[in-house]
Formats: sequence, C-alpha cells, structure tokens
Amino acid sequence: MSAWQPVIGLEIHVQLQTCSKLFSGASTAYGAEPNTQTSFVDAALPGTLPVPNAEAIRMAARFGLAVGAEVAAESIFARKNYFYPDSPKGYQISQYEQPIVSGGSVLARLDDGREIRVQLTRAHLEEDAGKSLHDAFHAASGIDLNRAGTPLIEVVSEPVLHSSAEAVAYMKAVHRLVRWLGICDGNLQEGSFRCDANVSVHQPGTPLGTRCEIKNVNSFRFVEKAIDYEIERQIRALENGERIVQETRLYDAAANKTRTMRSKEDAEDYRYFPDPDLPPIRISPAEFEALRAALPELPDARRARYLDALGLTPYDADKLTEDRAISDYFEAVLASTPGQPKLVANWINGELAAALNEAQADIGASRIGAADLAGLLARIVDGSISGKIAKDVFAAMWAREGSADAIIDARGLRQISDSGAIGSMLDALLAQFPEQVAKYRAGDAKLFQFLVGQAMKATRGQANPAQVNALLRERLDASR
Amino acid sequence: MAIETAQLHHLAHLARLDLPVAEEQRLAQDLNALLGLVAQLQDAAVDALTPMAHPHDVAASLRPDRVDEIDRSSELERIAPLMQGGLFLVPKVIE
Repeated sequence: MSAWQPVIGLEIHVQLQTCSKLFSGASTAYGAEPNTQTSFVDAALPGTLPVPNAEAIRMAARFGLAVGAEVAAESIFARKNYFYPDSPKGYQISQYEQPIVSGGSVLARLDDGREIRVQLTRAHLEEDAGKSLHDAFHAASGIDLNRAGTPLIEVVSEPVLHSSAEAVAYMKAVHRLVRWLGICDGNLQEGSFRCDANVSVHQPGTPLGTRCEIKNVNSFRFVEKAIDYEIERQIRALENGERIVQETRLYDAAANKTRTMRSKEDAEDYRYFPDPDLPPIRISPAEFEALRAALPELPDARRARYLDALGLTPYDADKLTEDRAISDYFEAVLASTPGQPKLVANWINGELAAALNEAQADIGASRIGAADLAGLLARIVDGSISGKIAKDVFAAMWAREGSADAIIDARGLRQISDSGAIGSMLDALLAQFPEQVAKYRAGDAKLFQFLVGQAMKATRGQANPAQVNALLRERLDASR
Repeated sequence: MAIETAQLHHLAHLARLDLPVAEEQRLAQDLNALLGLVAQLQDAAVDALTPMAHPHDVAASLRPDRVDEIDRSSELERIAPLMQGGLFLVPKVIE
C-alpha cells in the first residue's frame, strides 16, 4: 500500500479588536453579565438596521495588505441563512461573493526550521453569533447575545497543508501577524482566535479524498491532536475498505477523538444573497494609501533584517519577532546602544526574558523599561562594569533599587581598569600562591585559570577580566 | 421547473417549518408561481450589464468605532417570552 497524504485547509476566525460591534454601538468587551451588551440591533428587533463599523473594515483591509492579498475597492455583505437561537435574525451577516480580501499568502516556519508559504483563498468579514448554554437549565437552552455581532474575519487557506505540524505552524504565523497588526488580541481561551480544520487523505496522483470539517478548535495543541486523530481515523477507515462520509466533526479534547456533529444531509444550504440592508463597502484610493502608509514593518521583514543587517542568529531573530511589543522594545534599546545588536539581543532573550517569565509578566509590564536597560548596557559597553557584575545590577534594577548608574555608584561596582592597581594586586597574589605559580611554570597550564579566578575573587569581580588576563600572563611568562 | 415534494420538505426543514400535509399542495403552487416569475426575470437581456448587489449605486455609510449603546437587558426582558439569570430561554437545542 502506498503512503497516504493528508490534505488540510484551515478556516481561522479572528476576532477583531474593535470597541464596538460590527453593526451596532454595543460593547465587545469580554466577560460582561449576560445580555448587558446586547443592543436592539444585536437582538434583531424589527425596524433596526445595521450600520458597519469603519474600524472593522480598516482592520480587515490591513490584514489583506499585510498578506499581499487583493483588497477589494468594493466588497459586499451577504446573508447566510440558517436557524439557530444564538443567531436571532435567522441569518448571519457575512460575505460571499466579493469578500474584502482575496488571495495573499502567509509564511509559516516549522519547528525544524523548514518554511512553507501558505496560499490564502480569501478573508471575509462577518459577525459572530451569540452563545448557547445548554447545561445550565433542565429543559431549556440559555442564550447570551453579548457576543452576537462581534466583528470577525474568517481567514480561509487553500488546502495546501500536509501535516498537523504544518497546520499548527501556519496557525501560529497568522496568530503572530494579527497581533502584530493590532487587529486581534489573540486570546485563544476567550475565543478571540479559533479554527476549523478541513481534513482529507488521498494517495498522491489520485483525486483528493472526501473531507471532514473539524469545528471550533481553540488551542494550538488541540488543533494538532484533532488533525492527527482525524488523519489516522480516515486512513484506518479507507484501509478497511470503508468510505469517508463528508461531515462536520467535533473534537473532544478529554477523549482525544473527533466525533460526528452533523452529516452532509443537514449541512450547509445557506442560500446566500446580498444583504439588502447594506450597500457595498467602498474603500477609496486615498484610504488605501493611508492604510498602506500606516502598515508597520511586518515580522517577516523584520526577522530578515535582524538576520541580514544586524547579524543576529536565527534563534535571536525568531525570539525578537514573536511579538511586536518585544520587538519594539528591542528596537528602542538598540537605538540607544548603537552597534551592539548581539549584546542587546542576549540581554532581552536572556536576563529580561527569564525575569519576565518568573514574574509571569509580559513585556508591557516589565519593571525595566527600554531606556533603563539601555542605561545598563551602556555601562557594559564603556567598560565600567563587566557582564557578570551587570547581572547583579540587573537584579537590583528589577528589585526597583534605581537606575543602573545609581546602583553601580551606591554599591561601588565600577570595574577596575587601572593597570597599576591590577598589577600590584597580581603581584600580591603571586606571592600568596608560590606553589601554584611554580606548577604553572612547570607546564600545568590549567592553573592559569585558577589564578585568574583568585584575582577576580580578590577584587569581588570588579577587575577588568581582559586586563587581568593580559597582565597575569605577562608576569608569569616573563620570569619563566 | 416545478417544485417537487422532496424539495418542498427540504425547504420546510431549512425554514424550520412544521408543514402540515394538508398545506403542502397550496404551498407548492405558491412556490411554483414564484418560480415562474423568476423564470420570466431570467429571460431579461442583462448580458451587457454588470451585476449589482444593491438597487442603488451608493456606498454604505460607516460609523466610527464607538460604544454608544447602553445596557438594554431590562427592556429586552420585558418583551422576551422567557428569561432567567439574564439569559433568554429557548427550547433545548443541542447539536
């Protein structure tokens, strides 16, 4: 039996970070008491009319520009008709023909370093549905319409992914991009970023297999597990001579399996048509220009610049472009520490990352601002303190003891770079360890490090290590 | 093109209509009449025209992203058939 190839396409729902809903002035804030953010428009009371949110349109367009897609100068809203209590109009306002974003691509990088460029089919604007609570009541379902009308873009990829690892890498790339663009908070727990996966398997060279759609998976790990499970299930079925039924399946994280949610018979017959309540959305050339001009440097471009122009390692470049706030922090520190990208990267990915991790804080809550860190690094660059002492200063800064300079002065940490002073200290040291000196001169080279260690200890780490090395070698080798 | 019983049942299901058998024939006739109208529309010569999504050539007017709605839950509660703990109650639906 020849090998099966999985074919996967993702539909990612990205909740746009607007204050108000897509078609009403109700708040989109998460976690409010049920139905306290439900306007008459959201509740579909007769006589109400939707008015589109300009910022949601701009955010969708910004996404399109960032992925190199065609952003439509004119796009239209359509009604997607279905009955379900959490959609009180009896239809969802979405886009069908003429979505706002067509085409484009996203570069995804896998854990093994491999890169894939994932083609997008489209990204369209739509409103979210409300929430149904089935467990709270015995014979009824409870409906909360706070989420109804929240703006989303649904990002649809071409079926070009061939493993769960590729799917997750792609999902992470989109996640990074939408947060970078400031159009989505990326909160998976709260459902701001969730995904449906279309999975099929076939043998290369034969037509594509029948696909199943796995609905609403809201963690990277679950996407990986759900897809892996589904691939295996389909292969097993096909090898047993069974047929795959086109259907929608739900992933059950507790059991780590997918199960049938609804089959094709009940499935999509949405009878889309243009929403007569909503004239087309137009974006003028001037607005396009403004959107383009406001686009930040994107993570892929920034990563390439860090590698090529700054000479950072792939590890550092990846870490520093995972998140825009961290990247901007790096940019700010580097601006005050010119010519030292590696030093700045080491400190941000090292000490700072560790401190933030320990405090479970993100960069926005860092106790050491970019200017403060630059102040510390300046003292390393000008030789006032060693890298080792700087770590102590960093810890003191983190404990809010003051600026780098204040701490260095208060604790008398300035590096000793006076050759005379270091020389006399070394003379005393050699007198103190005659046995070791003799052994070194007899050929035991590793005793050199012992003597350096003693010298650093004698100066509480403050002696300039390069000078200690040079002056010590001079003394030991001169009188050999 | 005449509507068939199976299609009628499918449409009733999509519309969540509990369609009594006695009404099926009348409804099928109505729908067939509508289809006749659609067939007539399809005869119109529109090859040279760009399809329009909306009868008027206007763009949607947009609103700024501002929260300008207040909590309407008590007003909604007054007209809701059943509400408990702030939730609208509907017959149990489970997919």
